[in-house]
Amino acid sequence: MGRFVTTRTLPLLATVVVFVLIYAVCAAQYPAMLGLRVMGNLLTDNAFLGILAVGMTVVVVAGGIDLSVGAVMGLTTVALARLIEGAGLPPALAFALVLALGGLFGAGVGAAIHYLKAPAFIVTLTAMFLARGCALLISTDSIPIHNAAYDTLAATALALPGGGRLTLVAGIMLLTFLAGGILLHGTRFGARVFALGGNAHFAQLMGINTGRTTILVHAFCSLMAALAGIVFSLYTRSGYALTGTGVELDAIAAVVIGGTLLTGGVGGVAGSFIGVLIQGLILTWITFDGTLSSWWTKIAIGALLFLFIAVQRLILVASARYGRSGAGPAAPNTPNQATSAPASRPSSGAAAPSAS
Amino acid sequence: MAVTPPPVVLAARGLTRQYPGVRALDGVDLTLRAGEIHALLGENGAGKSTLINLLTGAQPRDGGTITMDGVEIDPDGPGGAVKAGIAAVYQEITLLPNLTVAQNLYLGREPTRWGLVHRSRMNQEGAALLRRFGLTIDASRPLSDFSTAVQQLIAIARAVDLSAKVLILDEPTASLDTAEVQTLFTLLRSLRDQGLAIVFVTHFLDQVYALTDRITVLRNGRLVGERRTADLPRLDLVAMMLGKTPTAESHLSRRPAAGIPAGAPLVRAEGLGRRRLVGAFDAELHAGAVLGAAGLLGSGRTETAMLLFGVETADQGQLVVDGKAVTLRSPRDAIRLGFGFCPEDRKLDGIVAGLSIRENIVLALQAKRGWWRRLSTAQQHELADRYIKLLDIRTPDAEKPIQLLSGGNQQKALLARWLATEPRLLILDEPTRGIDVGAHAEIVRLLENLRDRGMALYVISSEIEEVAAYSDRVLVMRDRAPAGLLEGDSITPAAIVNAIAADHHTRGAA
Repeated sequence: MGRFVTTRTLPLLATVVVFVLIYAVCAAQYPAMLGLRVMGNLLTDNAFLGILAVGMTVVVVAGGIDLSVGAVMGLTTVALARLIEGAGLPPALAFALVLALGGLFGAGVGAAIHYLKAPAFIVTLTAMFLARGCALLISTDSIPIHNAAYDTLAATALALPGGGRLTLVAGIMLLTFLAGGILLHGTRFGARVFALGGNAHFAQLMGINTGRTTILVHAFCSLMAALAGIVFSLYTRSGYALTGTGVELDAIAAVVIGGTLLTGGVGGVAGSFIGVLIQGLILTWITFDGTLSSWWTKIAIGALLFLFIAVQRLILVASARYGRSGAGPAAPNTPNQATSAPASRPSSGAAAPSAS
Repeated sequence: MAVTPPPVVLAARGLTRQYPGVRALDGVDLTLRAGEIHALLGENGAGKSTLINLLTGAQPRDGGTITMDGVEIDPDGPGGAVKAGIAAVYQEITLLPNLTVAQNLYLGREPTRWGLVHRSRMNQEGAALLRRFGLTIDASRPLSDFSTAVQQLIAIARAVDLSAKVLILDEPTASLDTAEVQTLFTLLRSLRDQGLAIVFVTHFLDQVYALTDRITVLRNGRLVGERRTADLPRLDLVAMMLGKTPTAESHLSRRPAAGIPAGAPLVRAEGLGRRRLVGAFDAELHAGAVLGAAGLLGSGRTETAMLLFGVETADQGQLVVDGKAVTLRSPRDAIRLGFGFCPEDRKLDGIVAGLSIRENIVLALQAKRGWWRRLSTAQQHELADRYIKLLDIRTPDAEKPIQLLSGGNQQKALLARWLATEPRLLILDEPTRGIDVGAHAEIVRLLENLRDRGMALYVISSEIEEVAAYSDRVLVMRDRAPAGLLEGDSITPAAIVNAIAADHHTRGAA
């Protein structure tokens, strides 16, 4: 095996292979899907999901989960509509406000998880109900946003060859992935996130402030959810409290399909990006087909998720059986590989692949 | 040897730590000098781990002071201890297998450039650091690619690089082979020569003599003494660890049974053993007699009990019960034959902490009857009250959660659990471990009572004087194999210590 095929990169490679296969099938059946126009639309339509997936990747790598992102996104859209339409705030100010509130909301969630020693699942479920309730309290109706600046932003796009357009929201999504990749793989904070997800107790013994890291991780995730809300409101030019119902699960699916382990400590945003594209591609294919119900997307994603979970398990079992080293010949100083790292530790991989 | 001893780096005085029911550490002193390797020795429950936890700030202390280079310090967690210059490396590698070697070395203090981690510089510096510790490896590879021995060296490199003046190694050689132990020792000697103070915790006595300059022995949470390694013969060391000080008069008089009862033994083990667990041993257990088992930690003494109770299945020899050969596949088989077993670690294997005393006492009897023949509440109360009275368990009532009792009373409740099943053979592993010294004699009297009522007892203990006091025969274990059987008048604490300490083949030592 080569330097790049290791237990930690194998899930990502499998994701890439699946993406290429699906894309090849699509292109063979509908050559129009090959064009940049479809690609541009794919990015635009899934911009909010991509941004959510960046935040979710960081949380999952840290060994946690966040079920509140869809509700925070919905709350953001309806709050934006109220602030701009009702209070007459300029969009820039409204954006800054919702982003700040989103970050604070996440910090609160992270603090509750750390100081109450409560499972992230329950705390973020609570946060989900809270955020969704607040959104519905603001308005149960969809509020259209009529604002000249908003229309300009929504229409801003870069022309691509072949008639495609790279819209502003798609650009924001791509930049978010870039920033998330640098944050997770290039900074001290990112190293702490991996350490926390690898083994929180050991990370603490090594001098990591686990409380601060947990709070920052959740603050970042909610910040991304608020950003996704902004992007979604630009995309629909409205605010609606029930926006994003269930998308937290789509985001988790994208993260898992992208090769990030739900047990924490292994993964990266590059895989999540492909995970998002795979979901979008399947939906596009079903749209092109025209006869299938769009709910087939869910079935396909479910099947894919199952496949990936099985593949990850097989890789772990195989790597445990045939030695842990996936990276070339053993160094002279590694006498008995079999004794390295207790088998109970699920994460046998290492720092995630570089995203940039 | 220099005439003046090297300067003191760390001085701990009167360290005390109280757990519910037992004083885990009771006014212990520890003095570490620059350029010395200091062995910290003692049996399980002696207080070694607690002492280390107080030094590293992993647990708060209830009393005592720690001074570092003459300045009082108060480590309030791993971060604080590292800042003061105290670093610890544990038997279980506490590094992160999902990160690279370099990331592990520099976690939280990575070299940066333009706000980002300077990965190539970190890898180069990491590799250079490890070369100074005799390791030539690619620091950019995941930690999980390397063996435990290499990971341990990496952990030591990290600890020393964090400007440690005191390096604590907790059982560092437990999972290393002989060659790896040699590599580690070479490294530790060179660190010592650079002026580090090293604490070395182990239960391999050969390694103590091969490596260390000074020895501190703990027992039952108290300091037994500090000696220069060169001035302390092995026999005296074992005596210190097992609590037989030459000066102290024995507080127990020998009161064995009237003699081994005539007739066939209840249980006879003939060459019983299991590969990689314990070598073949013989044992005869008679009704109304006590077979004691003595040996140091890791000698195989506990493993003999595991085979006799079916926790592990023997792969050689045979077990004869009532004159018939039997095979024990699980503890249930043993319980059905009328065996009972009080394990060594009460908290881990014995008590169910959240349940009441009554529920803990009826547990084994209920299991023996099968869950469909439930003991009525009235029966349970009757049973619990009877044993609370019989064993003098100090509690206001039977409904108190067992975790609130003292160690000695927990032990009695555990004993009651097995007595309720009216066993013919009772196996006890360290019945006086972790309970206050005053309560020891009470437990010993209880054992003698049970014996006199015709029960067969197999008692494993590191309390040599106690073993010598109540045993009719003593099986001595060493290096996971039997090392001798003492009988009758030849059972004295001195004879047992002799049998344990007899010079044997060196294990992983220079």
